[in-house]
Amino acid sequence: MSAHTGPAIELRGASKTFRTPSGGLHTAVRGLDLIVQRGEFVAVVGPTGCGKSTTLTLVSGLEEPTEGEVMVAGEPVGGVGDKVGFVFQQDATFPWRTVLSNVMAGPRFRGVPKAEARQKAGEWLARVGLAAFEDRYPHQLSGGQRKRVALAATFVNDPEILLMDEPFSALDVQTRALMSDELLELWEGTGASVVFVTHDLEESIALADKVVVMTAGPATVKQVFEIDLPRPRKVESVRLQPRFIEIYREIWESLGEEVRITRERGAAHAA
Amino acid sequence: MPPEVLDAPLAGSAKAPDRAQSRAQAARRRKLLVNTARVLLLVVVLGLWEALSRAKVIDPFNFSMPSRIWEQISAWVMHGTALGSLGEQVWYTLYEALLGWLVGVIAGVLLGIALGRIGLLAEVLGPYIKVLNSIPRIVLAPIFLIWFGLGPSSKIASAVVLVFFPVFFNAFQGAREVDRNLVANARILGASDRRVTLQVVIPSATSWIFTSLHVSFGFALIGAIVGEYIGATKGIGLLVAQSQNTFNAAGVYAAMVILAVVALAAEGLLTFAERRIFRWKPAGPDS
Repeated sequence: MSAHTGPAIELRGASKTFRTPSGGLHTAVRGLDLIVQRGEFVAVVGPTGCGKSTTLTLVSGLEEPTEGEVMVAGEPVGGVGDKVGFVFQQDATFPWRTVLSNVMAGPRFRGVPKAEARQKAGEWLARVGLAAFEDRYPHQLSGGQRKRVALAATFVNDPEILLMDEPFSALDVQTRALMSDELLELWEGTGASVVFVTHDLEESIALADKVVVMTAGPATVKQVFEIDLPRPRKVESVRLQPRFIEIYREIWESLGEEVRITRERGAAHAA
Repeated sequence: MPPEVLDAPLAGSAKAPDRAQSRAQAARRRKLLVNTARVLLLVVVLGLWEALSRAKVIDPFNFSMPSRIWEQISAWVMHGTALGSLGEQVWYTLYEALLGWLVGVIAGVLLGIALGRIGLLAEVLGPYIKVLNSIPRIVLAPIFLIWFGLGPSSKIASAVVLVFFPVFFNAFQGAREVDRNLVANARILGASDRRVTLQVVIPSATSWIFTSLHVSFGFALIGAIVGEYIGATKGIGLLVAQSQNTFNAAGVYAAMVILAVVALAAEGLLTFAERRIFRWKPAGPDS
């Protein structure tokens, strides 16, 4: 780590264009400007399919921007770096590895000796409440438990930057609230900067310091809202506070318009 | 409809143990029926064959009969064949098939994974592999006989070419169809390209590869047998050829029976190995 004191993540005029299978061009993100400060929890909301996830793949280095610049810790992103953790929407645990071995994968890939990796992995498994499940295979766990494995496998690498792509969208509502609380607890101990992509506005307000509303695709930043709810938060109780409801209303005015645009486009396609 | 729906759980809870018992009984009865029918079918077919042959409805010289085949097998087991002991012939064929299978599988897996991972290699070699695959490879057996002589190496070579292609194509496909999420996840967690290949691509391709292993062991046996049939000093294929040359139909059938037993045993071993390797997989609907 250098003596860098600027923002953790900085996107300047970033655009990403994909070639579709039919040969056409699809612009997922256009002229995106976004700054995430160190230790900040930023939630990105936007209509379905607007290109939110593409933003994350640009920051992670899995994809390169077609135009513009992406900086992590003051340096331009070139390939996958070692500062980033990524929790995917779909299940990305390795099905042929046991739970412990899944969590050990990150440190092992990065050359940490086996004994040390095992110890770190064990600690993180204990923190997500899966210490008793070390020897199980992912298919023997519930969806929520598999997500916990994914969280432990990500946190064990001590990421400075945590990217999350609708990580809890496949879970049922109760598990989801529980996981959100657990995520906040885990994160508060690390000081990592988080970009959390979701289409659930409630989830984003409950979790984040800052909510970024994206436009209908191609995505670009429409508006940024500061969330001044005090921490530590409990997801279930914070959403009953009057201030929460105020903020919700305010953001929904902005987001609702984009959702309508997306829906009308969908209707036009269907017609 | 509604009254029935209401009644059903009441009746069900009272008679639950009864019902479970009768269900288990029905399952047992069905199993018994299937097994009896199987045995009966075998007995009928063999009996009919024996009877028709004895009654000279079919020519016993050409078609032989189960009792003679059995005599032939026991004669081979007790007194050995014209080529030496039966065990030696079986071992010879098995040795050629196994060695050919191993070489073919290793080459197929390595090349399949390499081509699946390295796009340039796949583009360069793709058309050649297609051409080679379109050759009916069994015709190579005589060429191998000329190249490698009557010994085991010519049989091993024909087994290799038969085994290689199915294994190669499956490994290639398996490497291509790896879940992109898993690869992305591994890269984020810090895996190098080599690690992605070794620890993500190969494990996820194993189920594809194993599918081809079952089929390909059969191919390896075919390669060895055909090779022996064309020209050899030992082996079951030669036994078939010799029986045929002496108009001993029972001998040909007997060799076939022995081959079937060998193939089934190999298949069983493979299934056993597969179960051990795929412990991480959820149990299938049939187990």
